[in-house]
Amino acid sequence: MLSTEQAGDIFDRIRKLSTADEVEVFFSGGHFALTRFANNTIHQNVAEENYVVSVRTAFDKRTARATTNKFDNESLRRVVRASEDLAKVQHPDADLLPMADAREAAGSAGDGARATHATWRYFDETAAVTPQLRAEGVRKIVNVAQSHKLTAAGIFSSADSLEGMFNSRGLSHWHTQTLAEVSVTMLGEDSSGWQKANSPDVRNLNPLQLAETAARKAIDSAHPREIAAGKCTVILEPAAVLDLVGFMFWDYSGMAILDQRSFLTGRIGTSLFGDNITISDDVTHPLQTGAPFDGEGMTRHTVPLVEGGKVNRVVYARATAERMKRSDYKDKVGPIEATGHGFPLPNEMGEMPLNIVFASPKNPQTIEQMIASTERGVLVTRMWYIREVDPYEKILTGMTRDGTFYVEDGRVKHGLRNFRFNESLVHMLSNVEGLSVPLRSCGEESFDMVVPAMKVNDFNFTEVTKF
Amino acid sequence: MKHVAHWALDVATTRGATYGDTRIVAHHSRSLTTKNGKVSSASDTESVGMSVRVLADGAWGFAASDNLSRAALEATAAQAVEIARASARVRQRDVVLAPEKPVSAEWTTPHKIDPFTISVAQNIDLLLKVDSELRAVAGVTLAETNLNFNREEQWFVSSEGAYIHQTKYSTGAGYCAYAFAGNEIQKRSYPNSYGGQWQNKGYELIEELKLLENARRIAEEAVGLHHADQCPEGTFDIILDSSQLGLQIHESVGHPIELDRVLGMEANFAGTSFLTLDKLRKLQYGSELVNVVADARQEHGPGLGTFAFDDEGVPAQCTPIITNGLFTGYLSSRETAHTIGENRSGGTLRAEGWNHLPMIRMTNISLLPGQKPLSLEQLIASTDQGILMQTNRSWSIDDKRYNFQFGCETGWEIKGGKRVRVVKNPSYSGITTEFWNSLDAICSRDEWTLWGTPNCGKGQPQQVMGTGHGAAPSRFRRIKVGSAYKQN
Repeated sequence: MLSTEQAGDIFDRIRKLSTADEVEVFFSGGHFALTRFANNTIHQNVAEENYVVSVRTAFDKRTARATTNKFDNESLRRVVRASEDLAKVQHPDADLLPMADAREAAGSAGDGARATHATWRYFDETAAVTPQLRAEGVRKIVNVAQSHKLTAAGIFSSADSLEGMFNSRGLSHWHTQTLAEVSVTMLGEDSSGWQKANSPDVRNLNPLQLAETAARKAIDSAHPREIAAGKCTVILEPAAVLDLVGFMFWDYSGMAILDQRSFLTGRIGTSLFGDNITISDDVTHPLQTGAPFDGEGMTRHTVPLVEGGKVNRVVYARATAERMKRSDYKDKVGPIEATGHGFPLPNEMGEMPLNIVFASPKNPQTIEQMIASTERGVLVTRMWYIREVDPYEKILTGMTRDGTFYVEDGRVKHGLRNFRFNESLVHMLSNVEGLSVPLRSCGEESFDMVVPAMKVNDFNFTEVTKF
Repeated sequence: MKHVAHWALDVATTRGATYGDTRIVAHHSRSLTTKNGKVSSASDTESVGMSVRVLADGAWGFAASDNLSRAALEATAAQAVEIARASARVRQRDVVLAPEKPVSAEWTTPHKIDPFTISVAQNIDLLLKVDSELRAVAGVTLAETNLNFNREEQWFVSSEGAYIHQTKYSTGAGYCAYAFAGNEIQKRSYPNSYGGQWQNKGYELIEELKLLENARRIAEEAVGLHHADQCPEGTFDIILDSSQLGLQIHESVGHPIELDRVLGMEANFAGTSFLTLDKLRKLQYGSELVNVVADARQEHGPGLGTFAFDDEGVPAQCTPIITNGLFTGYLSSRETAHTIGENRSGGTLRAEGWNHLPMIRMTNISLLPGQKPLSLEQLIASTDQGILMQTNRSWSIDDKRYNFQFGCETGWEIKGGKRVRVVKNPSYSGITTEFWNSLDAICSRDEWTLWGTPNCGKGQPQQVMGTGHGAAPSRFRRIKVGSAYKQN
């Protein structure tokens, strides 16, 4: 893996090549390997190694970026020139700030936010995973499938990666981490089941257990019946919750408010959700992953976004915070301070929270308890192909998938044909009857989060598909 | 590059690979965007690397590296063989490739103007002029524009003797105007949503798009949606403009015909397909007017799915997918062709960049235009009661590609053959085959556009690929409208 010393040497070479007022260099890359299986066979099996250096130069109020994966002198000369050539033809941007120094990057994010500290997220055991070890994990999954007369599909991946930043004002950061992931789909004649988990430490993953759970879902949802679409009580497993709520976090951004594209415009400070919903962004949470600094090198602060259903505040990159302080919204958006959530500059979106953690409820329920207290409802394993229908009411559409069950009189009765939903997140999070203890969860539509399962009333299913 | 590739292939075959191919790729992209009167991003990216794909012990292995030194190439090839041997531990049968005659060939995307020769200052000037036009309309609260250029040079070398050097150019541009008022955000985009229009062309595409000329109209339409009535809910005849129909084709024809999906190879992520093998040449996919092809050849047009050879060295082809409504073809590869009784691949295997495994991807999946002259205005004039829907705003379809729902940016209610009022938030939904069987009119060649979808996601790890979709405005009878906003 690229070392911090090698990166420092590359940064020094780039500084010497540049004529810009300021230079920022962002490193990323690592090793990634993924074993993919379907039809009880490993059918794709890949590995790659790649490192990238991205150079941002700034001349007075003008900036631009160029990126390469080649570190020889000629390539570095070319990437610096490309960045500078792009920057020089920009119109001056009055909102562009000088690059941050170490003191500013450590900064404070105002009321309720707290500084973070680097977290160890690199495990040698994950970095050392071999194709043979992944194949062995797949073999266990396939054995489960065959023992139940099912067909398995899925992945087992492992990666080690780095993110590093250096700038000409003396700021430097370096973060390495590992991640292993297993995802399993079990297919029956007319049903399916799914499970997925990931962790920086491969020892936390249990492919056999994931396979057994996915297989049980496929078996229990066999011969699915159709019931009419309509509003009903749903029990959403954490992966289903994650994939839905992920669509709102782009809007917890100062830039989104200034652009008037956020559903929180005019709603910050209001009780938008039920009082059992409390959400923060916290890169230091033990179940979270990611670097403790943002795209400008600012320390990521823990930010309480929603407390007891009331939307308290949004996150900010440095320049966004300064713009917000001068805007008509400045008295309507809660605390305004750079929080360490900016994307690498220059960009259109500003910032967003990427380390979402839902708070544990006062009286957590297990999924089994949610089922036991349900007279009639639907248990949902995962959602699929979610898209935003209405950006301000946050109406989302999508499908259920891979394990949808009818619940009656406190018991799971049988599998169901999958539904299409059209549901407002504002409505959904105002109608949460019960929550489980939040878990690290991963889906396919949104980024990983620490989220609970939810029991939601009046969830809006609008159509039924053919399987 | 041939000798460089052979450093890797020689190691692979020495270590026991029965087949191997190498792709060396150099990719250069430029992205410029503006927002509300300022350049919001300006970036250049180059990425160079190589990959080795091998068959050993009857199973696949793949490894890629950014390091093009001889030692790294040989190590990457050795790693690919080791991975293939690990794959072979969990397999049901050996992979067998359909035969393909190896060729030596050179090809470059036909283009008039290399987009990288146009100054950045000129590009920014154009975008800021468009931005200014958009924001000149009172009520526009956010204006965004984009220009994107790509150049990808690839050397493909196989252990069977193929040597193919291709250089592909693609260009994309577009903009959108947002209007926020009350409790509603409306937007209009041009020439299409989510990045505009993209084709395998040079800078001449930008000149053809007439970006500046349409900006004022688009901004006025965005603001005007706040004064429009909600699209009615119910069952209506609908007319889709060509860009929305392009996405409809992508989702409800393009994906379900991917043979890897059909065979279950994508079951864990992208899903499977309702088009099981027994349906080939038996299923009435659409009405007799429906003729869809998968055409990667240059003569089909400069789509994002146009090339000379795919990423396993198979020449570009035209495959009839739906013929007079009958389902007649899948997208296939050398590995999968035999499952549909073919002895040759359909030539659809493509990879994103140097570091991803090639997989079956849509080429240009196009609905052929109607044979009889028919303009959009004539189609509207022949519609007694219906909704015209324009420019996609949301899209969703289940994992077997049956049930879909699309939302559009704007609509027109049609009564007595005339547009009577603009309606906002139009949406429609249905079941794929029922929908295509309800098609009763397709506009003719003059209304046909080859749209580019630059952001098609598939695979694990996920890859993004550009696909092409030709379409002319078409009418569908008795379609369910308005479910997206229906609160039961």
